[in-house]
Amino acid sequence: MNPALLLLTDSRLPAGGHAHSGGAERAIASGAVRDVPSLEAFLRGRLHTTGTATAALTAAVCAEAASAEPRWAALDAEVDARTASPAQREASTTQGRLLLRVARRVWPSPVLDGLARATPSPHHPLALGVAAHAAGATPGEAALAAAYHAVSGAATAAVRLLGLDPVAVHGLLADLAPDLAAVAAQAGLAAGAAGWEALPAGSAPALDLIAEQHAQAAVRLFVS
Amino acid sequence: MGANHDDHHHAPDGRGRALRLGVGGPVGSGKTALVAALCRALGRTLSLGVVTNDIYTTEDADFLRRAGVLDEERILAVETGCCPHTAIRDDIAANLDAVETLEHRFGPLDLVIVESGGDNLTATFSRGLADRQIFVLDVSGGDKVPRKGGPGVTTSDLLVVNKTDLAPLVGADLDVMARDARTVRGERPVLFTSIRQEPTAAAVATWVSDQVHAWSHDHAVPVS
Ligand SMILES: Nc1nc2c(ncn2[C@@H]2O[C@H](COP(=O)(O)OP(=O)(O)O)[C@@H](O)[C@H]2O)c(=O)[nH]1
Ligand SMILES: [Mg+2]
Repeated sequence: MNPALLLLTDSRLPAGGHAHSGGAERAIASGAVRDVPSLEAFLRGRLHTTGTATAALTAAVCAEAASAEPRWAALDAEVDARTASPAQREASTTQGRLLLRVARRVWPSPVLDGLARATPSPHHPLALGVAAHAAGATPGEAALAAAYHAVSGAATAAVRLLGLDPVAVHGLLADLAPDLAAVAAQAGLAAGAAGWEALPAGSAPALDLIAEQHAQAAVRLFVS
Repeated sequence: MGANHDDHHHAPDGRGRALRLGVGGPVGSGKTALVAALCRALGRTLSLGVVTNDIYTTEDADFLRRAGVLDEERILAVETGCCPHTAIRDDIAANLDAVETLEHRFGPLDLVIVESGGDNLTATFSRGLADRQIFVLDVSGGDKVPRKGGPGVTTSDLLVVNKTDLAPLVGADLDVMARDARTVRGERPVLFTSIRQEPTAAAVATWVSDQVHAWSHDHAVPVS
């Protein structure tokens, strides 16, 4: 494994991720997530729907970053097409913009500059895939980072909001390791096959719905 | 928070951009009152922007907008996901994004003020976000606070002790506070204010204005 992957997946990466809960804050407010078992169900659901789609997209982006003239607009549109909720699109492009800013200083490279020129606020999978490429990681590794990102932020937010035992929640993340590996492997295969339109497009209507509710909420701690 | 539509990646040396001033200190000490005072005192001569970091709502930004001290669009609120100190110190991405958004929309600006969400005595701004920082205490927290120290009290560029009008009511000895502050701060300045009685906080405004002029002198874009 490329050690840069550790930096890209560290929750201390200063790219604004700490202020996003991946829907966990609203899921908690609604009562759907209230303890460790219900958090586990939420994280599994997240990983196998939007997590699977973003992992495949991130792998495809990382692979495309090696080409002479990457087609960023087309890939950004593929993410848009898989992100039904406007609030989630906004959360994704905000995190993408912040990650791109950090990546350009940490791993300066023409391909990151090129992405910033093509789309200054790219979706998060674009920023992550290109950052992974710039840091020397493979598409499969980039997908693993994306899959982990799909569950780690929500898990941390639940620890803060519900006062859950942080060790129990980390145990939960460790239990998800085989699923993370499977999602990343599948993403690597999907990204290698022809045609981006065939990439996984799993979605979770409940996540779309709570993302929209969260954006309307008068009182909230997390951006999304 | 809107998306930026151009690539406006600032060089980290600060050349050609506004002075960024952090205003930190415990909840309720008068940070928002001070920001409003600075806008009143400096808004006519300087081009300003303000970023707030509320903990739970957009209360501070709304207060400033209602107070009419600055164009509403020049005030942006950042959400901090349960961790106000993280957003100003460890992961400053969302705040930098807000600052650069203001500079991009209204620039060139002379001064961008970033108010922290309010935190304990250990919370200070990263040098990557704030070029100068003010730490605001109030006398009702007790006259022992300067003696207790902490990085905000000891290392801030200016310490403001606000609500001097309340000193007789809470039995706080301002001389003790001044003496203790001098002990822990050495030559660094301390100013006593009652923003309630003097809504432009003239002494603080003069200090800030001096900082802005020194900054723009030292960080002018070289003529090529
Ligand atoms: N008595 C008195 N109250 C003040 C003074 N400055 C601010 N306040 C009040 O203190 C409260 C908290 O002020 P605020 O600026 O919101 O504090 P922040 O949480 O640090 O931003 C508000 O009710 C202000 O009106 C002052 O100089 N004297
Ligand atoms: Mg305030």
